[in-house]
Amino acid sequence: MRTLSKADFQSSNETRWCPGCGDYAILASVQAFMPELEVPPERIVFVTGIGCAGRFSYYMNTYGMHAIHGRAPAIATGLAAAREDLSVWVVTGDGDALSIGGNHLIHAMRRNVPVKVLLFNNRIYGLTKGQASPTSELGKVTKSTPGGSIEPPANPIALALGAGATFVARSVDRDKEHLSGVLRAAANHEGTALVEILQNCPVFNDRAFEHVTDKREASENRIPLEHGAPITFGAERPRAVVRLPDGSLGIVGAEQADAAAIVEHDAKRESPDLAFALSQLGDLTHGPVPLGVFRDVEAPVWGQTIASELRAAATRFGERELDELLHNANTWRIS
Amino acid sequence: MLLYPRLDNGERGYVRTMSAQARVRGVGRREEARERVVVRFAGDSGDGMQLAGGRFTDATALGGNDLATFPDFPAEIRAPAGTVAGVSSFQVHFASRDIATPGDSPDMLVAMNPAALKANLSQLKAGASILLDEDAFSKRNLMKAGYAVSPLEDGALRDFEVMRVPMTTLLLSLAEGIEGASSRDAQHARNLFALGLVSWIYDRPTDITVRWIEAKFSKTPVVAEMNLRAFKAGWNYGETTESLVAGQVHVAPVKDLPAGTYRTVNGTTATALGLIAASVKSSLQLVLAAYPITPASELLHELARMGRAGVRTVQAEDEIAAAGMALGASYGGALGVSATSGPGMDLKAETIGLAAALELPLVVIDVQRAGPSTGMPTKTEQADLLMALYGRHGESPVPVLAASSPAQCFDAALEAVRIAVRYRTPVILLSDLFLANSSEPWLIPEAAQLAAIDPHFAKPPNPDAPFLPYARNDDLARPWAIPGTTGAQHQIGGLEKADMTGTVSYDASNHALMTRLRAAKVAGIEVPDLRVDGDEGAQLLLLGWGSSEGAIRAGVRRVRQRGLKVARAHLHHMNPLPGNLRQVLSSYERVLVPEMNEGQLARVLRAEYLVDVRSHAKVEGRPLFASEIEAAILGELG
Repeated sequence: MRTLSKADFQSSNETRWCPGCGDYAILASVQAFMPELEVPPERIVFVTGIGCAGRFSYYMNTYGMHAIHGRAPAIATGLAAAREDLSVWVVTGDGDALSIGGNHLIHAMRRNVPVKVLLFNNRIYGLTKGQASPTSELGKVTKSTPGGSIEPPANPIALALGAGATFVARSVDRDKEHLSGVLRAAANHEGTALVEILQNCPVFNDRAFEHVTDKREASENRIPLEHGAPITFGAERPRAVVRLPDGSLGIVGAEQADAAAIVEHDAKRESPDLAFALSQLGDLTHGPVPLGVFRDVEAPVWGQTIASELRAAATRFGERELDELLHNANTWRIS
Repeated sequence: MLLYPRLDNGERGYVRTMSAQARVRGVGRREEARERVVVRFAGDSGDGMQLAGGRFTDATALGGNDLATFPDFPAEIRAPAGTVAGVSSFQVHFASRDIATPGDSPDMLVAMNPAALKANLSQLKAGASILLDEDAFSKRNLMKAGYAVSPLEDGALRDFEVMRVPMTTLLLSLAEGIEGASSRDAQHARNLFALGLVSWIYDRPTDITVRWIEAKFSKTPVVAEMNLRAFKAGWNYGETTESLVAGQVHVAPVKDLPAGTYRTVNGTTATALGLIAASVKSSLQLVLAAYPITPASELLHELARMGRAGVRTVQAEDEIAAAGMALGASYGGALGVSATSGPGMDLKAETIGLAAALELPLVVIDVQRAGPSTGMPTKTEQADLLMALYGRHGESPVPVLAASSPAQCFDAALEAVRIAVRYRTPVILLSDLFLANSSEPWLIPEAAQLAAIDPHFAKPPNPDAPFLPYARNDDLARPWAIPGTTGAQHQIGGLEKADMTGTVSYDASNHALMTRLRAAKVAGIEVPDLRVDGDEGAQLLLLGWGSSEGAIRAGVRRVRQRGLKVARAHLHHMNPLPGNLRQVLSSYERVLVPEMNEGQLARVLRAEYLVDVRSHAKVEGRPLFASEIEAAILGELG
């Protein structure tokens, strides 16, 4: 196995995102992370949907298919059905994954297809020039919602957990270290991994995640999820996530927190209840946001046992077996 | 092509014995020989008519007749019992010569209840036989069927030969002799009683049905016994009840058949086997992704059982996903297939368009049914032709094939895969509900004789030369470089690509070039010339496509028997059309195009060839009948 470097994953295609787009940072992190997989570029496939994120596949020097709006999870599922020897990645956006492609995303996660899904959430339609997306906040003024959006936003993490996703995480575009850690955990997961990446659109929704990317604000607004660690955050104002008397989770000042009530993160819990409660914490628009791995549990991977068995059967099934199959009915001879 | 089965004599020993007895006892009763017979089993959805018809078909095939069948059932799984809406039927046409269709009008109608009689009576010609369960003609059942007066009493059946058999009563008394058998078991065995009686009347082999009953109900001995006795009681009823059953009708086995081994096959099974054969001949694993839809689901069911052939089936979350999964599988180097019916085709259009842009193999099978929208899910039609040809945005040419008979679905499936793989293109294969459900005898091909399909995957390129994903061979097909091929990493997608290099391109002349290359590739697909079955001096050509082949052939035969001259040809390749079609069309003064739509092929021919073809359109959710073709031809020749 040859030693791989970031350069092995950079394609010669010219990147064409807008200057300052968060997608550049994500691309650089992914390309830099890829050598860690120790999988040669020809065994890696990126399947993408439509939207700015969809162009991602052109910029990776792996196999790539820039598919149809929302359909990448379905196409990747078909690829995974035929080839369990590949590392298959889907790159999608909030409109692509949660609006037009919602059904495919849900069912890929429900099946636990061995595919890693990177969902770039910029809370806006960028490529179509600035309409509200399913994750746009209530009241958001866009070209398609001049009076402010009247729809509550979708929560990708909660949706993924509801669909039964076995790996669910959230990271941010401009934090290479955090993103690499989440990518690593996703890559190590055997089934479907859903990674929401908060991504800045400098043209149509600039600074949407300033509160978690700006250095000073970030230290107050990031709720780090680390398996086995108590969930606490905030440099100037230390806070903790606690179990409230009504059973829900809440954020309280660290000084008021009863140590016993501070929630210890458990991403490996069979039940998704804690992960779901964490997904309801905070607010993507302002205030604290949980980041990291919400859930990472082992479950049977879709087709894992049958894929290789069936391919072996296909190899064994030759002309003699075909003749037998064709004759497997009430037959009669004419001589 | 329908083929002609005949049975080795030895296999009918048991039956021969019974028949001989019947002849001895039946002295004085009618012994009639006929060239062909049409039998229709009709009853409530729950009466087991499809089962009775299927068993009768198998026995008839072994009996050495040519045959064609047509099941017809409501979309509702259990429509209200006893109503006309809930009537299910199965028609079998069998003959001592080559036959082409399931028959227009039944010679024998089996009616298990008043609704079945009501639903089918108008299609009977005077003199036809009707076998009915007299016990089912109760006041309540008559009312449910919408009869104010019983048709048994008011003379409505005076033109027919009616056999009123108290089946329910007979079976209830039969059940009393079987320990553990309930009156419900007796009721459920009525179909086998009717099958037994019809089997006697037409002198069908019985051992195959007996074996089937024994195997089918091996886990429920009481039910097996009830059904066996019911079947035999039906047979014996024919043999002994001279007052009611006029006698036997014999349809001799067909002679002069091509040698070989035969079986019956319906279009669904033939398609499934064709896809598996294509998988074997190409060494590509078959991946079928589908979403449940009538009538295409049957193909999913058949292939889901084919794990031993390495077939991977996926029940997708929707029609769009099914097409996407098939395409994803093809991208990975498998044989990706998706099967659906009309409404599903609407949803697959974007994936077919993507496959056309990606230039990857994909087979999409459309088992057509009556539309628009949900239309009539259990009724046949061939009205998706224009959608298959043109139903995508942009210039998106796609090869389209149409199967012409149940058994021909095997060849059509193989041909679809051959084209998809050789030319790296999506292919639409049009079948229809009639083909899917109808069955006919099939001369089983030998695997070794089927042409190999070479996937011709791209090899790892020379490291010094860049890999060109959109370079083309003599067929204008591009390389199929599957993930895992070292050094051939490339990125494809729905955005227009530059010739050769495959990079994203908005260049004006490149788009024109790529558009024309895609079109030229499809236009250049090797298609056999159209063969014409024509009388010397014929001035009228019948040009058909798809499942109406049998009806057109039979209609033409009838016209020829009248001494008239006519030619016919049948299209299997709808795009590209055969190279000699222009010349064929110009060789006849008149061209008549019968089809189960409002003239879609006629429209294509007019547009492509500026020929003033005439359309014979039928959109009744039923197949074309030979008699209709005959009348249409006579009208033209008038």
